[in-house]
Parts: sequence; C-alpha cells; structure tokens
Amino acid sequence: MAEKILMKGNEAIAISAIRNGADGYFGYPITPQSEVMETLMKERPWLTTGMVVLQAESETSSINMVYGGACCGKKVMTSSSSPGISLMCEGLSYLAGAELPCVVVNCQRGGPGLGTIQPSQSDYNQCVKGGGHGDYNAIVLAPASAQDMYDFVDTGFDLAFKYRTPVIILADGIVGQMMEKVELRPEKPRMTEEELKAIAPWATTGKSADRSYNFITSLALESDVQERFNQKLAAKYEVIKENEVRYEEYQTADAEYLFVAFGCSARICEAVVDQLREEGIKAGLLRPVTLFPFPAKRLQELSGQVKSMMSIELNLGQMVDDVKLAVNGACPVGFYGRQGGNIYTPDEIVEAFKKFNNLK
Amino acid sequence: MNIEDIKKPENIVYKKTPILTDNVMHYCPGCSHGTVHKLVAEVIEEMGIQDKTIAISPVGCSVFAYNYLNIDWQQAAHGRAPALATATKRLNPDKYVFTYQGDGDLASIGTAEIIHACSRGENIVVIFINNGIYGMTGGQMAPTTLLGMKTATTPYGRDAKLNGFPLVLAPMIAQLDGTAFITRQSVHTAPAARKAKAAIRKAFEYSQKGIGLSFVEIVATCNSGWKMSPVAANKWMVENMFTKYPLGDIKDVLKQE
Repeated sequence: MAEKILMKGNEAIAISAIRNGADGYFGYPITPQSEVMETLMKERPWLTTGMVVLQAESETSSINMVYGGACCGKKVMTSSSSPGISLMCEGLSYLAGAELPCVVVNCQRGGPGLGTIQPSQSDYNQCVKGGGHGDYNAIVLAPASAQDMYDFVDTGFDLAFKYRTPVIILADGIVGQMMEKVELRPEKPRMTEEELKAIAPWATTGKSADRSYNFITSLALESDVQERFNQKLAAKYEVIKENEVRYEEYQTADAEYLFVAFGCSARICEAVVDQLREEGIKAGLLRPVTLFPFPAKRLQELSGQVKSMMSIELNLGQMVDDVKLAVNGACPVGFYGRQGGNIYTPDEIVEAFKKFNNLK
Repeated sequence: MNIEDIKKPENIVYKKTPILTDNVMHYCPGCSHGTVHKLVAEVIEEMGIQDKTIAISPVGCSVFAYNYLNIDWQQAAHGRAPALATATKRLNPDKYVFTYQGDGDLASIGTAEIIHACSRGENIVVIFINNGIYGMTGGQMAPTTLLGMKTATTPYGRDAKLNGFPLVLAPMIAQLDGTAFITRQSVHTAPAARKAKAAIRKAFEYSQKGIGLSFVEIVATCNSGWKMSPVAANKWMVENMFTKYPLGDIKDVLKQE
C-alpha cells in the first residue's frame, strides 16, 4: 500500500518537488500559496536530495532564477499567485522564447490589481493565451485536488523537458489551501550529470572539449530568423495539441446537457451533475485537465450529442470563449461565474443552468 | 625574408586567445567592449577554466557577447543577469559564473537584482561597463550619465532637477556584507588594461573562495554615443568620468592592512 498523507495542495507541490527530483525552487511569498516555500524550507531538501531552495527578492527575480537554472538543464520551478504571476510574465515570455523547460505554479486569487486573497480562476486568459509578449503558449495543467497538485509537478517536468517549454500548473486558492489525502508515488532521484547531458545537450554546463559552446538566447534581430523561429514554435504547439490533450468526463455517456469546468469548479460541478440526475435531468461534465492544449476535439464531438453546454468559471467568462470556438455554433453555450473570491454553491449553478436552458 | 620565416613559433610575441571566437565584433571602432572581452577571455584561458565557466550577457550593446567568447552563455532579460547567475551558481557551485552588464542594464532596470545578489553574497563575478550612456538604443541618458552631459534624452545636458543625479553604485554595494571585492578600472591605456585584467583575474579567483560577490566596474567610453572620436572620448573620460568615478579598489575583504 502506498503511503497516504493528509496535506494541503500547496504542501503537496513542495513534497512532490522534493520526491520527484527537482533541482531548484525559487520563490517569493504571496497569499494563498506561501506554504509551498514554507514547506520546502522546513523540509530542508538541500540536506537530503541536494535540491536548492531560495527566497528571492521579487517574483521578477524568482522567474529569472528559474530561467538561469533552466539554462543549465536543471529541473527548476517557482510558484506564486496572480499578482506575482503578472510580474513573472516577462520571464515566461523569455523562457518560451529560449525554449526552456520549467514548472510554474499559479495559485490564483481574485483580481485585477491587488484584488482579493480568496480563490479565483480569472488568470485563465493570462496563463492559457500566453501572458507575456510575443506569440507563445505554455502547456497549462489545471489541478482539481491535492493529489493533482502532487502528480502534476512530475507530469509538468516530463512535459517541460519533452517539449522544451514552460509548464504552468494553474491552480487556485481552493486547491492550494484545502487538505486532502495524497498518495505519495515512488520517489525519483535528481538527474545525474550524465542524464542531464543526455536529456539537455543544449544546456550551459560549461563548454567541454567534445562540443562547441552552448548559448541560450531569445534574440534574433533579423526578421527572417525570427519568423522561422515563430513557425518552429507553432509547429511544436501543433504536436502538443495532437499528443497532450488531457481531460476527464463524468456522466457524459448519455448526457443531454454538458458542463465544462476546470480545477475547483469541476469538483463543484460533479455535485451539480449528481443533483440534476436525481431530478431526472441527464447532465454530464467535461473537465479539461490541460487548458493548453484545450480538449476542443472532444467538445466538438459532444456538441453533436448534447442540447447545450455551459461553462462554469470563477471569473467573468474566459474559458467559455474557447468552448464556443470548439463547438463553433453547433450547440448553445452558456456561462455562469462568480468573482472576487466568492464561490458558487451547487444550488446556485443548478438555478443558472435551468434559467439558461428554460427548464423548470 | 618571406612571411613563413617570420611566422616561426620562436618569433611569436602575441597571439589571440582561443577563448575569443573569430566572429567579427559588431562594436563601434574605439568602443571599450572589445578590449574588456579580450581581457576576460585571456583570464579564462590563463586560469584554464573554459569548461568551468558559465557567463550571462545583458541587454544592451554587449547582448551579443555570446558571439565572441568561446564559453557557455545565457542571455538574460534586461537587468536580470544577477538573478540568472544566482541560480546558475547555486545549482553548479563548482563553476565560475559571471555576468557582463552595462550601466543601463545593471544600474537602472537591474538595481534590485544586483543589490540583492550582493546582499546575499552570491559567489559570482559581475563585470560592469560604465560608459554613462545607453549605447544600443542610440545614446539616451543612463543612470550614470554625468551632470551637464548631453544625450538623446538630455539634449540640453543632464540637469539634476529634471533628471536626477548620477548613480554611483560601487560604493553603495561595498557597504553590503555580501560583497568581497569591489574595484573600478579602465582600459584606455595599456597599463590601465593590464591592471583591469589583474582585477578581473582576482575577481574570478575570489568567486571560488565562498566569500561573496566580486564586482569589477570598468569606466568605459562610448565614442559613438558621446559623438567624439575614440581619442577625444578617452581624453574626455579621463577629465570628466574619472572625477565622478575614480579608479582603484573600493573593497577587498582579503587585503592585508
């Protein structure tokens, strides 16, 4: 039996980083995710696995430390919450532009501005559409449980190195703060120098006699060079869209109405589906696990089966645009959301659902 | 005597270090960057640390430093090089890690990163080129621009009331407990360049002693930005820059009194 421990989602991120062989974490305190660095500092992994943990002077610095560590081919990560992620967007753009692997956790809170410290999903557009300047995407994973938080660190690093791209774990204040049982998967050691050279021959590890020198840059200056690079990124994103779409379905086999929700909202929508089914309404749920790449193809298929879809988000309606693009008018698409750190009850969603679908 | 007779090994009195690539430098004739690049390259060769060196280039004229030195390079966002260097050194403590930054990069947009890297005592080397102007973007005011100095954004001369005062960074960071060696040098004459090279070597050596950050400021010319001939720029630097930014060691924690 694998060991199960009760812990917060944020703690799961930290414990998973240590157990999955992360080389470095660089962060700056911000509510509601400070437990990530607090847990790491308490665990002192530099004494066991050799993992480096450092409190930086700002989120700007944290993400650039991640950039430096990623240049060295190391498994490096940071975590923050919405205002901090805004500061990191410069670095994220550079990481994408230099094709560097890393994991960035965003434990979202309400915005804009300093906003609230309560949960929100209002950074969907920022994280899924890019966030920083220039044409780029990061792979975005949306955890809905403490177990997901634990598992997505490892998945995130695998995807980051497979595609040489930043991976964002788009969590929220609920998933970060709630305590749940987490199964500790078998440990993975940190990469050896030989493994690092094999997986990241491009890394700045010191120019050895057997290779020419490596340099990591996102600078092109010449339009044709830049355009070729943009098209190379586009081709990579196509491969990611083809191979890495992840989603979960709940009660969709005979569903006549579909909810689309990610993260904590998907957990709430499961209860909504159960409640509606008790009333004899055949509802189902599609939970995108990857937000980029988005499960557009599956939504397209389901648009031929259901009478309508409804996107449920803790924001003013962001993912709903992607749902509409996916179904392209094939069925009506509605939206219900709460903002400012307020969270919907299942009853509230049932009421909005019935109103949208003219059901009693 | 033909050329092959002259090229005999016993006749060689100078050769280009193999740490410099054969790429033609994009720097303007008269610019100090080429000389500083050469000095850094020679130190790396003489110390035999090509395979142990990781460098970080800034945004500014020396953004392309990675084209000229035959070592592993990371190119940083504007001002952020000390953050990259921090992670690189902590993740690779056996490596020599240095940043190469201009005055706009280090003393303006990157002040937080340099000050906190100094404060944390990161065991890295910072090469700071101070020519009092933004070269790459076309000669705008830098934090280190002297009062009265004309630039593209101070066309009537830098006025303290309008533009603030020049930022003199080296004595500020010398006060921080995390710094080990702070020096100010120049490369406008052969003796000055020799001294600068010795300072760069000392900085590299200190970075492996675990005693904190070493900072080599090079007071430099930007004759294009200053709109002067290289010779006139050197003279102007000696007469004006050296008054505000005097040469010499500012801090050396290992120096015996």
